[in-house]
Amino acid sequence: MTVYSEELFKRVFTVYGHNFDTAGETSTEIKSILKGLEIDSDIIRRALVVAFEAEMNVVMYANIGTVSFVITDEAIDIEVADEGPGIPDIEQAMQEGFSTASDEMREKGFGFGMGLPNIKKNSDVLKIESDVGKGTKLLARIRLDSNA
Amino acid sequence: MRLEEIKDILHGTVLTSDLDLSLEVDTVLASDGMSEILAFHTPGALMVTGLTNIQSVRTAYIADVRAIVYIRGKLPNEKLIALARDKNIVVMATEFGMFDVCGILREHNMKGAM
Repeated sequence: MTVYSEELFKRVFTVYGHNFDTAGETSTEIKSILKGLEIDSDIIRRALVVAFEAEMNVVMYANIGTVSFVITDEAIDIEVADEGPGIPDIEQAMQEGFSTASDEMREKGFGFGMGLPNIKKNSDVLKIESDVGKGTKLLARIRLDSNA
Repeated sequence: MRLEEIKDILHGTVLTSDLDLSLEVDTVLASDGMSEILAFHTPGALMVTGLTNIQSVRTAYIADVRAIVYIRGKLPNEKLIALARDKNIVVMATEFGMFDVCGILREHNMKGAM
């Protein structure tokens, strides 16, 4: 995603796959950052849902990934890139209820086929690129002037 | 309804005893699916779940949940309780199962978020 607007804040987090002890810590930290800023609460909520679901996808499926969190004067951009199995059929994966999660993931409360739909629902722009066997890159933008 | 009253009607045990039980909640998010909790985000809601791992608290924090009720007598570990306390989320446990908890809360005019 090309950012033409002014970048006000940027932080890149590393997320470790299959580590459920630390899963969600990145999004928790992002919430702490956002709470201190004068941004509409609904925009913050949507950004956090996107960040949390994307972070959990990295934990559940990938070996390692990064969450790049950028605030510009126009939007919150969340870019998540992982080294993992990739998504063979992105359109199918976007359907609510579709899941390839293991029983272990479901026992932890995730993998019910709502993650990507939740991300889509809360993003103004969403782009997903995936290379099977290599990894997935997700770019989500939440405009600061939007109210979905 | 105040959290203290919810504790009483669910015969619950509060695990974060130093947090404020006078806070009011009127909406319930009941699920073991964390994405459902996020999808039906209702700030200040009561979350009812059988999931006692640390992600339940992280999800609750992201979803602006005010308090969590763990069902079926499940007790979370100390690490979870410490995180909940840090995030100012009241945690309680009850022996009732999901059906009974939801039924009791509904009888007391609590409404569902989903």
